[in-house]
Amino acid sequence: MKIISRVYRFYADGFRNMTVGKSLWLLILIKVVIIFGILKLFFFPDVVSQKTDRPGNESQTVRTEILNRQ
Amino acid sequence: MNELIGTIDWSRAQFALTAMYHWLFVPLTIGLAFIVAVMETIYVRTGNIAWRGITKFWMTLFGINFACGIATGLILEFEFGTNWSNYSWFVGDIFGAPLAIEGLFAFFMEATFVAVMFFGWKKVGQKFHLTATWLTAFGVTLSALWILVANAWMQHPVGMKFDPAQMRNVMDDFWAVALSPVAINKFFHAVFSGWALAGVFVVGVSCWMLWKKRNTEAATRSIKVGGWIGLAGLLLTIYTGHGSAVQVARVQPMKLAAMEGLYNGSVNQGLVAFGIYNPEAENDPQAKPILGEVSIPGGLSFLANGKFGTFVPGINDLIEGRTITQSGDTIYDLSYADKIARGKEAQDALREYDRATAAGDTVAMRLAARRIEQNYDYFGYGFLDNPRQAIPPVALTFYAFRIMVCLGSALLLIFIVALYVAYNKPRALSNKWLCLLGVLSVPVVWLCSQAGWIVAEVGRQPWVVQDKMTTGVAISDISADSVQLTFWIFAAVFTLLLVAEISIMLRQISSRSLTDIQAPDND
Repeated sequence: MKIISRVYRFYADGFRNMTVGKSLWLLILIKVVIIFGILKLFFFPDVVSQKTDRPGNESQTVRTEILNRQ
Repeated sequence: MNELIGTIDWSRAQFALTAMYHWLFVPLTIGLAFIVAVMETIYVRTGNIAWRGITKFWMTLFGINFACGIATGLILEFEFGTNWSNYSWFVGDIFGAPLAIEGLFAFFMEATFVAVMFFGWKKVGQKFHLTATWLTAFGVTLSALWILVANAWMQHPVGMKFDPAQMRNVMDDFWAVALSPVAINKFFHAVFSGWALAGVFVVGVSCWMLWKKRNTEAATRSIKVGGWIGLAGLLLTIYTGHGSAVQVARVQPMKLAAMEGLYNGSVNQGLVAFGIYNPEAENDPQAKPILGEVSIPGGLSFLANGKFGTFVPGINDLIEGRTITQSGDTIYDLSYADKIARGKEAQDALREYDRATAAGDTVAMRLAARRIEQNYDYFGYGFLDNPRQAIPPVALTFYAFRIMVCLGSALLLIFIVALYVAYNKPRALSNKWLCLLGVLSVPVVWLCSQAGWIVAEVGRQPWVVQDKMTTGVAISDISADSVQLTFWIFAAVFTLLLVAEISIMLRQISSRSLTDIQAPDND
């Protein structure tokens, strides 16, 4: 228990006393929101799953796609 | 079909944009982590407090770069699933395994020890802190290992078996994938180039401080550490680059021929030191491929085979089936026309396998699977209509290779000059022209590093997996407009992020004193 509390304090103090680190965390947060909240959600679907009529049939979808791509 | 070509080009452009943006940060993270670890080691060994300030200054810049680069690689994985879905399925397990190992092992290692590095200056013992710094350097290097193993597999697919039922390659020998000579060479080449890039960065930033007459003592010390590590990194990059060339000659001879604009190879083949590529050579066999050529006699033979006087095949030789073996001997292999026929045979067998599966005919399935296996080495050639389609963009590969080599050589000179002046004529470091040279070398090293990736990735076209899958087959059947839209979104977002990131970096460089040992401990 004591070790968990020490590790917690280590990180808590570290984050509290950051200077330039605060701007960097903000930048990381903005990036993660853009990447997962916008790009992944709206622009990057899993195409194979979308084109497959039922789960487990993905190999057939890809086989048809590849062999017809001449 | 036109729509598909549009999708191929936009998907390529988007992947190149994302990968090149990601690669702005990766080599600096790898190299700077090592430089910081060396600086902190000097501090711990000498007890000289000035080295603590120097270490913390460069560690803060490492942190900024680390934070800026974080998550940019994730976008590549999204692109695999959306733009490159056929590829992702076809290689899934093999490509996924090294990336998963990277995520589980290296990422957690970095996350733990980076925290100790930045938060632990006053919280943990000196030696524990130093260990954390070294383990961070080790962790970022390991991250690179797994990504490069995955990339090397695409350039030289080994340790797998194609399963027609799953329609994907299945790994059957992890160690063959992880310890493939292409992967090992690529790993060391990339890591050492990271040392060189970070060395130039340290020398360049230090030169800027000397120009501004700030922290001159600390800047001079930084030049010495950055210069030595950069010089060692660059020499090792050249050495491993030779190893890479030998591997390319063995497993991707068409790429080597494109790097040299070589159409008809010869014994004791020269290495083009200077020349202008003549695109007419692509269609006219009589046209000289390189105009105004100045060559190093036998240079390419030595680069490819480790000895002068050996044969190096050109593009036309390879198409006709004349190539070299693993041991460098000249042999007649299948011509590309034959390889195309074998590839089509494998694909017909796959169709047969599909029909037999639907009919539940296990004997026919076994026979078809056997035919696939017999011809699988040439599976990807079946997607080509004629041998000329197997030629990569020669002009871009040829010039990117020259840019990489020429700029790399110039940087070697810069390291030697910087070290000579720092040790023997430190007063000359205040010379503004010398400082300007150091500062200008910073964008040059990035250009050199990016050019290296252009050689590696453009030179292997049209293959996304060498001999097994072409780029045109790897992409998803999606609209070019949607890929174009995300391309421009990325271009805008990446530009904005880059501006923000560079401004944070510049603010930090110009605002903080290297010897300010009273500076906050948690940056």
